[in-house]
Amino acid sequence: MSDITADFDAVPQHGIWWRMGRGLASFARRSPLSAFWGVVGVLIVVMAVSAPVIAPYAPLKSDFRAMTKPPNEKHVFGTDQIGRDTLSRVIYGSRASLTVAVSAVVLGTTFGAFWGLACGYFGGRFDLYSQRVMEFLQSFPDLILAMAIAMALGAGFGTVIVAIAITRIPFGGRVIRAVVLSLKEMSYVEAARGLGASHVRLMMRHILPQCVAPYLILATTHLGVAIVIEASLGFLGVGIPPPTPTWGNMLADSLNAGLVPPWWLVLFPGGAITLTVLAFNLLGDGIRDALDPRLRGAA
Amino acid sequence: MYSYIARRLGYGLLTVFGVSVVVFVVMRVLPGDPLVALFGPEGFQKLSADDRAHYMADLGLSDPLVVQYLHWMRDVFTGTFGHSFFRSESVADMILRRGPLTAEIAVISVVLSWVVGIPVALVSALRPNSWGDNIARFISILFLAVPGFWVGMLIILAMLFWFGYRPPLTNVSFWENPWGNLQVVIGPAFVLGMGQAAYIARMARSSLLEVIREDYVRTARAKGLSSTLVVALHALPNALLPVITLSGILLGFVLAGSIPVERAFATPGLGYAMFMAVSERDVFVMQNLVFLYASVFVLLNIAIDLTIAWLDPRIRYQ
Repeated sequence: MSDITADFDAVPQHGIWWRMGRGLASFARRSPLSAFWGVVGVLIVVMAVSAPVIAPYAPLKSDFRAMTKPPNEKHVFGTDQIGRDTLSRVIYGSRASLTVAVSAVVLGTTFGAFWGLACGYFGGRFDLYSQRVMEFLQSFPDLILAMAIAMALGAGFGTVIVAIAITRIPFGGRVIRAVVLSLKEMSYVEAARGLGASHVRLMMRHILPQCVAPYLILATTHLGVAIVIEASLGFLGVGIPPPTPTWGNMLADSLNAGLVPPWWLVLFPGGAITLTVLAFNLLGDGIRDALDPRLRGAA
Repeated sequence: MYSYIARRLGYGLLTVFGVSVVVFVVMRVLPGDPLVALFGPEGFQKLSADDRAHYMADLGLSDPLVVQYLHWMRDVFTGTFGHSFFRSESVADMILRRGPLTAEIAVISVVLSWVVGIPVALVSALRPNSWGDNIARFISILFLAVPGFWVGMLIILAMLFWFGYRPPLTNVSFWENPWGNLQVVIGPAFVLGMGQAAYIARMARSSLLEVIREDYVRTARAKGLSSTLVVALHALPNALLPVITLSGILLGFVLAGSIPVERAFATPGLGYAMFMAVSERDVFVMQNLVFLYASVFVLLNIAIDLTIAWLDPRIRYQ
């Protein structure tokens, strides 16, 4: 302890994991609620990744001795009309929902963000036309546009992702464009331009890093929306086609299980959607508060 | 004011045109053969090359895209909206028959969302961070996450389970049989209304909290008005402006949400027709309904913008 220089040396030696841990710990202290829902979100992701390990049955295996059985000790969430285990299907369903939602949001928001970056940076006619196109895209209620695209392309994993991603483009585009418009006038950007930096260098090295926080906020807040759209598409029969279990097509399936859908086929997939969306929404709120204190408590 | 209206309407027409182009591109130009969509992949395999050419010509799909687009616009402007591939009914007839029910659901749900959302926001904003506020916020966060169609399915199950009641599935007009009509409409309207109420309550709360800090509110308080009156007479009217705009944006939520919700309730409205069109892969009906929904959404939002401009002079003199 007497050696002061040793203490100085010790400070920067913490690795990236230590710093991330510190950051997470302070995030948890500041907003315990979001941290809790963050943990729920992580658990859902873990569930999706380790589905083959934790699911008690194979999601497509029919047991014809146990058809449309209410929850019991062998099948905790009951079985559907052809004897598939609901719990296993809900667990496997998280894979489809999360994969689609995350890829669609990342794809759509990233594309929109770069488009918005170019619009804000170059301005002029390119910006004008781009803004109109984004407006046209935003004139559709998102589910309807996604339905039309998914239907036109034909049902499948990739098409659902593309369909939802396209509905996310204008959001990324508009937010990042607004950020870029104000950044462009900042004196440090002016200085870099004065030093002869190229357009690409200005955009990538000086403006883009400042867009990361709004990008993250946008992406997390849209995850919940994307999950609901994916579930609705599945419910309407234009999502990922059966037999692949998704929460949406499980709910659609339950309507075919007789005049009255058995309650366990309705309750559990829908509950999974609600819990997941809730977790991502609240985590998104927490991330927004942490990254952009000006927005705290707004909306 | 007139120049504002003209500008807004001009933009609106441009947007509707843009929307029609997007719909056309999505339904006709994107990869994915309309015949595959109509007949299904197996059915398409069975068609001979002659059959394919015949159907394409018959449906006007072998014309150049520009001609197809113009034909479609002619159908739209003559008010027939083209025909369903599977039924003899024209899309316009379908809209006239089923549209009123969906419109009714939309209107009732918007009314419900205000009737529930605004009082909740008032309770929250008058005592921020109190018990009432926290409960209200928790419930609205919950409602933002719950998919409406699932709530609809749960409501139907609960009604059957506890009361043995199932809403009628017939399309009855309000003027002929108000009670029967209400039973069909109230379920979807309730579900969609609560979904919107959550957004409305959140927005109205933060908007009220902002307005309450303004000088004129403090002045009203200083001249001795009770806090309830200050909020009701001075703060609320100004705080409602952003809520009206939000309500317009939420119409998109209602229009889109009504599709899965009507499916959950088996309501014979336009949303259900859209679900049918999607599951039958009826490209023509879908194209027209998507265009109709998006246009309605655009036009209603113009109406809302004009209302806001009328209510708030700051906007119209910009």
